[in-house]
Amino acid sequence: MADVAATAAGRRWRKPPLIKNANLRWGLYIGAAVYFILASYSILVEVNWQRVYEGLPRGAKFVGGFFPPFPFANIIETGGFEELAAQRLIDIGDGLIESLTMTVTSTVIGILISVPIGLGAARNIAPMPVYLLCRGIIAISRSFQEVIIAIFFVAMFGFGPFAGMLTLSFATIGFLSKLLAEDIESMDPGQAEAIRATGSRWPQWINYGVQPQVMPRLIGLSLYRLDINFRESSVVGIVGAGGIGSTLLTAFDRYEYSTAATILLIIIGIVFFAEYSSGKIRARLQ
Amino acid sequence: MLRLEGLSKRYPTGDEALKGVDLEVPKGQVMALIGPSGAGKSTLIRCINRLVEPTGGRAILDGVDVTALGAGGLRQARRRMGMIFQEYALVERLTVMENVLSGRLGYVSFWRSWFRTYPQSDIDEAFRLLDRVGLTEFCDKRADELSGGQRQRVGIARALIQDPALLLVDEPTASLDPKTSRQIMRLICELCEERDLAAIINIHDVLLAQMFVPRIVGLRVGEVVYDGPADGLSPEVLTEIYGEEDWTATIKKDPDEGNDGDGVEESTEEHMQGLT
Repeated sequence: MADVAATAAGRRWRKPPLIKNANLRWGLYIGAAVYFILASYSILVEVNWQRVYEGLPRGAKFVGGFFPPFPFANIIETGGFEELAAQRLIDIGDGLIESLTMTVTSTVIGILISVPIGLGAARNIAPMPVYLLCRGIIAISRSFQEVIIAIFFVAMFGFGPFAGMLTLSFATIGFLSKLLAEDIESMDPGQAEAIRATGSRWPQWINYGVQPQVMPRLIGLSLYRLDINFRESSVVGIVGAGGIGSTLLTAFDRYEYSTAATILLIIIGIVFFAEYSSGKIRARLQ
Repeated sequence: MLRLEGLSKRYPTGDEALKGVDLEVPKGQVMALIGPSGAGKSTLIRCINRLVEPTGGRAILDGVDVTALGAGGLRQARRRMGMIFQEYALVERLTVMENVLSGRLGYVSFWRSWFRTYPQSDIDEAFRLLDRVGLTEFCDKRADELSGGQRQRVGIARALIQDPALLLVDEPTASLDPKTSRQIMRLICELCEERDLAAIINIHDVLLAQMFVPRIVGLRVGEVVYDGPADGLSPEVLTEIYGEEDWTATIKKDPDEGNDGDGVEESTEEHMQGLT
């Protein structure tokens, strides 16, 4: 026993490195450092620092244009509310309602389509051909950014919120189906097996053995998607797919920066609220 | 009632989990299946209700060859085989009542099960069973709020509400403490007797098997190497099943000397007499 202790004393131990090959490891570290230095250098030489300095006051003026936000700017300037200002408020309101409508409808449609596709895309419950088909749909939906899809749908269906709604529904399918499928794939097979052993039919098996396991996550993801869709609804508006984004773009085009500021503040407010409340609900579901 | 003829299973990896098992379980008989890990105990009971698809042989339940059935016939056959699991396998986020009623899924239509509008007779039976396993007041609790022993009782109720002819029991006590293990084993054996149910119980606790079950089958690398009464387990037989080891402490002592002297289970002996 003493012998063992003697030989064991002073033996060194270190956590094994992530990349075992020392040459490869140091090669990667040094390569990454060199690339970073060269890349930053190539960008920095392009910048004309003289012009940046001269442009600073103009930048400040541009940012200053946002303050105070509409309608306070108008009230300060004119001492009252004119017809034009009232019209602008109505425009903002219309844009908002359009955006919210788009968000809600596209989320609901997206969820309804995502659930069957998500079931089909889970390897542990779907047969191979169905699996490949559903994974294909997900891959297509995920490979394009919302703005690109929006441009496509605007070209197909014309300007307005209908194109926006289709865009967001399409994007929701890729997001929800993929995450739902992954959740189903990582479910506890024991619970599902027990339900199968009772002699249940396939839909009963999904309803009892699978659904209870993935429901909290599905609700959580749907709420999360709802606030993503609101944010995206303002982006797709910029390429003509309706909503608050279109209103924002119009404000910029007319150099009405104070109106733009108001719209941005409203968007920030709604996103905050959506994020906070969906976070609360998701926390309660776990 | 249940007859296995040359039942075998070869996994795609080439492992032969079952090598032509022949076994007959008459109506109302409780049988324990012992053997080392990897002997194919779980595979065997799963091949009977085809949660694992056997690759050869037949499993005949009440004259019906289960291995030859199509999807619809298999569902009907599964209704006749209640299953109890090692990790309970309750649906954690469903209530106790929903878990018990899920045993009726093979009998009710999809929409009835979807809206949880089970026939009153099913609900009566569910309450009777919950009462029998002592969990009536837990019926609206979620399954994940229960302790291990309580969960296994729900698992038992779920298997019994299927109105099965046969229970397939996979390591019912492996996740439980020694006292709860005995209570669960006793409950299973009592219920089998009350309802004249046959059962195959996978168990790796040899003492527990001997204590409650009259007939023991030993499985080693996919083959039956022992089939006989519980008191026929000699050191030689255990060596045959598990391999070389000192078995003296594992062999059941003579009942006259008192069972194991822990004083917790007063009724153990009566039980064994009732069963053997």
